[in-house]
Amino acid sequence: MPDFVPHTHEDVVQMLEFLGLKSTEELFSAIPEAIRLAGGLALDKGLSEADVAAELARIGQRNLTTGAERNGLVCFAGGGSYDHEIPAVTRALAGRSEFVTAYTPYQPEVAQGVLEALFEYQTFISRITGLPISNSSLYDGSAALVEAVNLAVAETHSSRVIVSTGIHPNWRRVLATFAKGTGHEIEEVRLVDGLTDWNSVPGDKGGCVVVGFPNYVGAIESLAKARSLADRLGALLVVCQDPVSAGLLHSPGLHGADVVVGEAQAFGTALSFGGPYLGFFACAERLVRRLPGRLVGETIDLGGTRSYVTTLRAREQDIRREKASSNVCTNETLMAITAAIQLGWLGTEGIREIAIAGARAANYARGCFADDPDISFATHAPMFREFALRLPIPASEAIDRLLDEGYLAGIALREGYEGTDLEETMLLAFTERRTKEEIDHFASALRKVVRR
Amino acid sequence: MTQQAPRPGAGRAASAPLVGNASEPTLFEFSSPGRRAYSLRTTGVPGLSAKELIPAEYLRDDALELAEVSERDLVGHFTRLAHRQYCVDLGAYPLGSCTMKYNPKICDEAASLRSFAGVHPSTPVRAAQGWMQILVELEEMLCSITGMAAATLQPAAGAAGELTGLLLMRAFHEARGDHRSKVIIPDSAHGTNPASVTLGGYEVVTVGSDGRGFVNVAQLKDALGPDIAGIMLTNPNTLGLFEEDIVEIARLVHEVGGLLYYDGANLNPILGVVRPGDMGFDIVHMNLHKTFATPHGGGGPGAGPVAVSQRLVGYLPGPRPVRSAAASDEFILEQPAHSIGRVHTYYGNSLVLLRAWTYIRLNGAEGLRRVADVAVLNANWLREKLRGFYDFPYDHPVMHECVISVSSLKKTTGVRALDVAKRLLEFGFHAPTVYFPLIVDEALMIEPTETESPETIAALAAALVEIAQEAAREREEGTALTAAHAPRSTPVQRVDEARAARQLVSTFDARR
Repeated sequence: MPDFVPHTHEDVVQMLEFLGLKSTEELFSAIPEAIRLAGGLALDKGLSEADVAAELARIGQRNLTTGAERNGLVCFAGGGSYDHEIPAVTRALAGRSEFVTAYTPYQPEVAQGVLEALFEYQTFISRITGLPISNSSLYDGSAALVEAVNLAVAETHSSRVIVSTGIHPNWRRVLATFAKGTGHEIEEVRLVDGLTDWNSVPGDKGGCVVVGFPNYVGAIESLAKARSLADRLGALLVVCQDPVSAGLLHSPGLHGADVVVGEAQAFGTALSFGGPYLGFFACAERLVRRLPGRLVGETIDLGGTRSYVTTLRAREQDIRREKASSNVCTNETLMAITAAIQLGWLGTEGIREIAIAGARAANYARGCFADDPDISFATHAPMFREFALRLPIPASEAIDRLLDEGYLAGIALREGYEGTDLEETMLLAFTERRTKEEIDHFASALRKVVRR
Repeated sequence: MTQQAPRPGAGRAASAPLVGNASEPTLFEFSSPGRRAYSLRTTGVPGLSAKELIPAEYLRDDALELAEVSERDLVGHFTRLAHRQYCVDLGAYPLGSCTMKYNPKICDEAASLRSFAGVHPSTPVRAAQGWMQILVELEEMLCSITGMAAATLQPAAGAAGELTGLLLMRAFHEARGDHRSKVIIPDSAHGTNPASVTLGGYEVVTVGSDGRGFVNVAQLKDALGPDIAGIMLTNPNTLGLFEEDIVEIARLVHEVGGLLYYDGANLNPILGVVRPGDMGFDIVHMNLHKTFATPHGGGGPGAGPVAVSQRLVGYLPGPRPVRSAAASDEFILEQPAHSIGRVHTYYGNSLVLLRAWTYIRLNGAEGLRRVADVAVLNANWLREKLRGFYDFPYDHPVMHECVISVSSLKKTTGVRALDVAKRLLEFGFHAPTVYFPLIVDEALMIEPTETESPETIAALAAALVEIAQEAAREREEGTALTAAHAPRSTPVQRVDEARAARQLVSTFDARR
């Protein structure tokens, strides 16, 4: 096995001698004998690097992965996790050990690299969302949503939370879990033909209205309608944005959103079996004192040189302790730096290009099924780059069959859509990586398996 | 073509390395209309216009301005930023309670394997058996290390693990119709503990430390009652001390029906020595980015799995990857009977979990025990080397970290803990944690970890001694205190934090 501890036997003996001890066991004399572990841990013996690598290769073969490799699946699954291009430059820069192996920038004098990269990330997120303040990241989209709802409830003093079912079903589950601690009352609003039925929401009071833009089933919601409900209730409007859409669609902050959150895995982070991802969080200036997580600000040093530092620290848990409105400490800085690099690579033109390429591919795929007697569209609302298909067999069954044809065909809508007309429909997603040929072949394969 | 005035960043991109204390312009200052770095796949998909694809009412009016830079400028910029950043790969990082140990490179390579990193989280379980195997095996390893029955790997960081643990506590009591309102926390606890308790819907009861730096058992007894849901303890605590009364504390808390929560921030020194389960804990969170060497990424990603005792298994977040009853090398998802629900969108920070799996497989039982031995040896050795130069407020042998005080030095010279920390940067070391725990005046909390050699620890001690002696010398000679104005040789000098808060500029666009 490898040894990551540099101490030789002689080192240990000499250091113990200096401490007046005879054995390492004596270092632990403060621990009561009765509870000490006799016989060591019940773990396998350590392995060499080469042996572990071989074991990983063996275990890895039990995964069907997306990509161009032998047996790689062509990916039509999305739902917040997208198969975007990740260029060599992003991998090389984001993999630099100065970013990978640094800690939270507590000492700004030796952390200007991370701090300036986060300042750039905050600028990108501010422009994408259309809101002036962005924090420096949260765990993922669900965590960002939970924090947004907590902020809205604290700001409005109303714990009534109105959530569109066009929000990622797992995010809604996470929100419900944490509401058990905070006591928020969550009301979910149904979709009608893919769009949230705001008219069904009664009353004139509430803390928070949550809408997806575009929503989880791919439809482009009206921000104006969500805003007018928020106004009726005296609530804040929280928008969960697909940040790639900003290449083509409105930035929600310029169209009524008080808080914009979401998942930014699309910017340079691999599919990664769901994590680590990147939760983004942006808000209006007046809400900055309630902002969760870290915020980087510009300042100068003693010599007058421009520098960066984490700021408005008085909001954070290590200072406010039980009065803090968020417990976030470690976040996803590396993914935020990755996103800053990727957004620099894409640039003004590139973000528009990936947004329109996704929309074009989705539109083309929709055309492939337009006249199919067995397959229909689950919704008819305007879409961005995702839509759901209704099949003659359950979507989960079709997806399972298509694995053997070389496709990760999409996501079967189940959890969170029980009893709705979307249950067991198949949600498809498109990015700039999907070619016409892949879509054509996929459409034939899908037609084949649903008729089998 | 008309000549334009040079842009602020222009010229720097010609590969000039940083000179002196020159700052690095932001990426936006390198931007020039028409430059680009990206290129995309040729897809053959018909090139419809935006208006043909999407109703005009949703389309943005102006382009979303990001930056327009060449790949060469992009690489130059982020490489120069990297050069302005300290990291573990460069040198020692003795931040107390952060366990900044060396992160083995093979673990990074594991996380970049396409067979793991390329898997979509919605992939049907039968096509992600490799991932399921890693997750189940890691859970088993962590349970074996902590002495617990089962674990959830979903929490994305320590604080998320804490909140998950508190929700488990709540679910456990409520299932018994037992409505409890308070959670006890010692005054030496990390700030995330009280914040998590509040978000878990509980009230914080703070219990003080006794003269030895341990939980004050008399105060604890007074605080205990039928309204106490549990206690959150860090053991070894943030003073680096092992709570010698832990068995008694566990008995007292269990006696009133409360649960014991173990904050695993400081798990490193007890690997293979003692297990939280054997101390009597019911809920344990672990920071994989500390004990299990996953890199911190400048402030995340982390991972904060939570392990529980048998009576709490049914409440764990779900769905959980488990071994199928039919075959032990086949894996399925299972929803625990009384699950509190999801705490993460998918399975947790999977690639961080994979790194931790790799680290544990490399070390094995003996390697992990050696980690604990040397982590404790290093902390005590360093501490003894500092005796006589700094104050030792709770003077016992320590576990993985030591807390020293700059109190006397401040009285005699005016040099504060912050000054010592800043001066240390000039010796090529990262600073320790400062002003924590709150119960120690002018605290420096130093955690050398097991991966720093005796030579490095000796150099660190020598630097700290030199800083104290330098201050005393300067005070005697009446010259300016070097530490009070340090650091000067770092990429920037001490920064004006008050100005950053007073005139908030948190984006390039907010610059006035």
